[in-house]
Amino acid sequence: MRTFPIGGIHPSDNKEWSKDRAIEVLALPNEVKVPMIQHIGAPSTPIVQKGDKVLTGQLIGQAAGFVSANIHSPISGTVTSVDAYPNGQGQRRIMVVIKREGDEWMEDIDLTPELKRECSLSAEEIIAKVRNAGIVGLGGAQFPTHVKLSVPDGQKAEVLIINGVECEPYLTSDYRNMMERAEMMLTGVEILMRAVKVERAVIGVENNKPDAIAHLRDLIARNNYKGIEVMPLKLRYPQGGEKQLIAAVTGRQVAPPPALPISVGAVVCNVSTAIAVYEAVQKNKPLIERVVTITGKTLGSTHNFLARMGTCVGEIIDLAGGLPEGDVKLLNGGPMMGRAVVDITAPLIKGCSGITVLAGKEAARGTELACIKCGKCVSACPMGLEPYLLSKLAKLQKWDMAEQHNTIDCIECGCCSYTCPSYLPLLDYIRIGKQTVMTNIRARANANKK
Amino acid sequence: MNSLVLTVLTLSVLGVLLAVVLYFVAQKFKVEEDPRIDDVEKMLPGANCGGCGFAGCRAMSEALVSRDNIGSLFCPVAGGEVMKSIADFLGKAAPEKSPMVATMRCGGTCEKRPKVNHYDGALNCAVVNTFYVGESGCAFGCIGYGDCVHACKFGALSLNPETGLVEVDADKCTACGACVKACPKGLFELRKKWPKNRAIYVACRSKNRGAVVSKVCKAGCIGCGKCQKVCAFGAITIDSHLAYIDPEKCKLCRKCVNECPTGAIHIVNMERLPKEPKAPATKAEPKAATPNVATKVENKVEPANK
Amino acid sequence: MATRLFAAPSPHIHGGENTRRIMGDVVLALLPALAVSTYVLGWRVLFITAVAVCSCVVVEYLIGRFLFKGRTTICDLSAVVTGVLLAFNLPAGIPWWIVVIGSVVAIAIGKMTFGGLGCNPFNPALTGRIFLLIAYPVQMTDWTTGVPDTLSGSTILPTIKYQPELVSQLDFMQMFGGQMNGSMGEIGALALILGGLYLLWRRVITWHIPVAILGTMAIFAACVGAGYGGALIYELPLFHLLAGGALLGAIFMATDYSTSPMTHKGMIIYGVGIGVITMIIRLWGAYPEGMSFAIFIMNAATPLINKYCRPKRFGC
Repeated sequence: MRTFPIGGIHPSDNKEWSKDRAIEVLALPNEVKVPMIQHIGAPSTPIVQKGDKVLTGQLIGQAAGFVSANIHSPISGTVTSVDAYPNGQGQRRIMVVIKREGDEWMEDIDLTPELKRECSLSAEEIIAKVRNAGIVGLGGAQFPTHVKLSVPDGQKAEVLIINGVECEPYLTSDYRNMMERAEMMLTGVEILMRAVKVERAVIGVENNKPDAIAHLRDLIARNNYKGIEVMPLKLRYPQGGEKQLIAAVTGRQVAPPPALPISVGAVVCNVSTAIAVYEAVQKNKPLIERVVTITGKTLGSTHNFLARMGTCVGEIIDLAGGLPEGDVKLLNGGPMMGRAVVDITAPLIKGCSGITVLAGKEAARGTELACIKCGKCVSACPMGLEPYLLSKLAKLQKWDMAEQHNTIDCIECGCCSYTCPSYLPLLDYIRIGKQTVMTNIRARANANKK
Repeated sequence: MNSLVLTVLTLSVLGVLLAVVLYFVAQKFKVEEDPRIDDVEKMLPGANCGGCGFAGCRAMSEALVSRDNIGSLFCPVAGGEVMKSIADFLGKAAPEKSPMVATMRCGGTCEKRPKVNHYDGALNCAVVNTFYVGESGCAFGCIGYGDCVHACKFGALSLNPETGLVEVDADKCTACGACVKACPKGLFELRKKWPKNRAIYVACRSKNRGAVVSKVCKAGCIGCGKCQKVCAFGAITIDSHLAYIDPEKCKLCRKCVNECPTGAIHIVNMERLPKEPKAPATKAEPKAATPNVATKVENKVEPANK
Repeated sequence: MATRLFAAPSPHIHGGENTRRIMGDVVLALLPALAVSTYVLGWRVLFITAVAVCSCVVVEYLIGRFLFKGRTTICDLSAVVTGVLLAFNLPAGIPWWIVVIGSVVAIAIGKMTFGGLGCNPFNPALTGRIFLLIAYPVQMTDWTTGVPDTLSGSTILPTIKYQPELVSQLDFMQMFGGQMNGSMGEIGALALILGGLYLLWRRVITWHIPVAILGTMAIFAACVGAGYGGALIYELPLFHLLAGGALLGAIFMATDYSTSPMTHKGMIIYGVGIGVITMIIRLWGAYPEGMSFAIFIMNAATPLINKYCRPKRFGC
């Protein structure tokens, strides 16, 4: 069975807590806060004002540039404020607050539940629809999908890879999507294949989800989805990383930055993104809702909700029995790459595939000890870096040396910190090193331009 | 005996030969250098702190010797007198700068700005700043893990465990500017150093509206503008809900201190002005305002000084 | 009890492995060898081991407490490992005060002068052993005092060194089971291999260093044995793997984390270097045994190996 070539770890996946919970449609929230930045790139420009009436699916934030994404109203009602509110990390961002009145959708959105398979649109039309719908990578990275699908001149996509790996422990939203909304997903894959003009699509699924693999294979054979295959992958974190997945599926390694996946002829999309693409292209439905896992060992109950964007995170947690008492760490995403949430009034955003609640001992980090140079971080790093060295260089602010040691290759998967027997916060420091080096590189590039 | 003589002889010949080789190599690869660079370097403090903008004292002395106009070069550690003597030595015009001191502009003590979450990552301000707002919820305030303290080569900064804030020892501070670069929140400013280490400054950098500031911190500037109105010298400006005192214009009259409803204007080594009829306050630090302060910017608030 | 929200950058979970567990595993892996040694050489083995462990821990505690003035580091059990390894490198009949001196050198000079665990360039136990070997050569090579008569006679390494043909008269099964002369920890080949397998299974060490060392030694010895012709091609390698500190060094001493390279490629180079140097000293050097010196020399080369054997960068 295939997997990526170097490094990696085997965290216990903890998916049993929520994997058998069917997707529930969350009751409509009475108020939503919609951030104008839910993607990588330039923040969108709000095009509504206080007092405006909006319908569900109406454009409220205009993408500011190519690498940016449109934002639509997740509910119908009145805009009560356009102002800075704290996000999950407490940072104030421009958000549009909408108070709900009923649930009136935009007229052109097709709300019928029937599957609509045939699609005769051209690649450009599909990409335009994806762009208008404001679709971003739903696996967590939030990279605008239309940018990924726009294959640059002179380059050619050979294979579309669909990321059904979900290697993050705890999270099960992609799994539930594959089990319950597989037909929508497969149709979305067909549309994506048209968009990037490839004949072959591979859905990578880790072998800890045998039922999903069987289910998808069954549907593909039964309903004649041409050119789509399901590839079981050997369980290993971070298989869901874009470069790792490409290496696992095709055996080709994407060169270090600034090379992109397209340089080896691959385009990667998440399974949930494929569903969003299906809805946008076939049903004209913009990205206003997603499946989000709410899970944790100490929660009253665990769920997989289909929730509207902008729903208050605190309200979702209340539906799962509220926050446990004592020491708690609330995560937007899974425990390996998720971001800690410190403000529960923050809204649900496009990239949030799950809310993980760690409590008690699980929430706290271990005590830092001295590095014993065991080299476990070096063996675990999937990018072939030396985390112990990069971390030390960043701590000593030796940015030039950190650059020489390829710190910008780091994908922030966290394998190094996970595996360190001395509980060193390796990634914490590597991240500041990476950010500083990136800034330095950009500054140099700008200086050269002038 | 014979072998002893032989050994001594061999080694001596070898020594002489190598000395000759060394001499010629040294001659061949000799680097011509202005001897004054060494002299100037000796006059500089030798802290290699980078406060002048150069990599170290050697680089600075090279620049001092090679450039014709050294008006823009200044070693903050050595100060004006040393720079003057260096300029005299080189026969150039001395750069002039008034003495400066680093100032940490955050007054959000643990008491005034309580922690609302528990940070559990690497104890480093830059790390905190990479991913979230900080333990207090104020996006502008002191994080308190001492990146600046580590950056200071003169031991002028220290973390006060009671307040959770960094304090500057004005006598030790050389205004090298390392802390200005180290602080991810940009809380440090090199400000004019008044005699007797007196100082006045707005101890807040929050550009949020007053209502937002007072929600997380009771000592923050709410941008009410009272200080600006009372200042007779036009030294105070308000930009994005934040007051700033220009040290070049300020005459240390301290009228603004009594006006500030939150006590965000700090004075050092000075007494507060007496409150009109009443006895003068003894404490240098003004007390906190009542919590109802600044829910509206225009609110009339009694200066809490009793 | 109120809810307290924690915040930290990712990752938020940990694999659960820690320094103390690793060191504990090493101690555990050394126990079979200790048992064999005690069985063969008598109770004095336990006494010497206890003296070494206690003095190592005490020295580390005192230095940490009064010189470093920091949190004590004895809880990570690394001093215990150093103590056991040092004792394993000593003959059973050694006076106890020499053991104490060795422990002080191992911890104080070999480890703490460089900043404690993880900062030492040389294996601390080896530092202690080499110091003792040079300072007390007589006591350090006296394998008979305080030992039951069953194993009297000089050790076999120097014998074979000058008369390699005698190797065919040795009983390898006896050597395998621990019936041979040597330092306390060197004699139970089977027990040492068991310990090594345990460490491999617990992923404390990888196979690269031990296999590289032992493989190099075997090939080297086979080549030399070929020069004598006949059965020596097989017997000389087997002898060199079983005799002296080859197994103890290859499995437990050379794999010390902070003094060995980080990458697998580096580990192989390091292991081959140790194997070659060991054999050169064993065959042509002044000392009968070369394992300690070989590891010591390659320890010194480790930073260089780390510099040139970088892991393979993804995508290159």
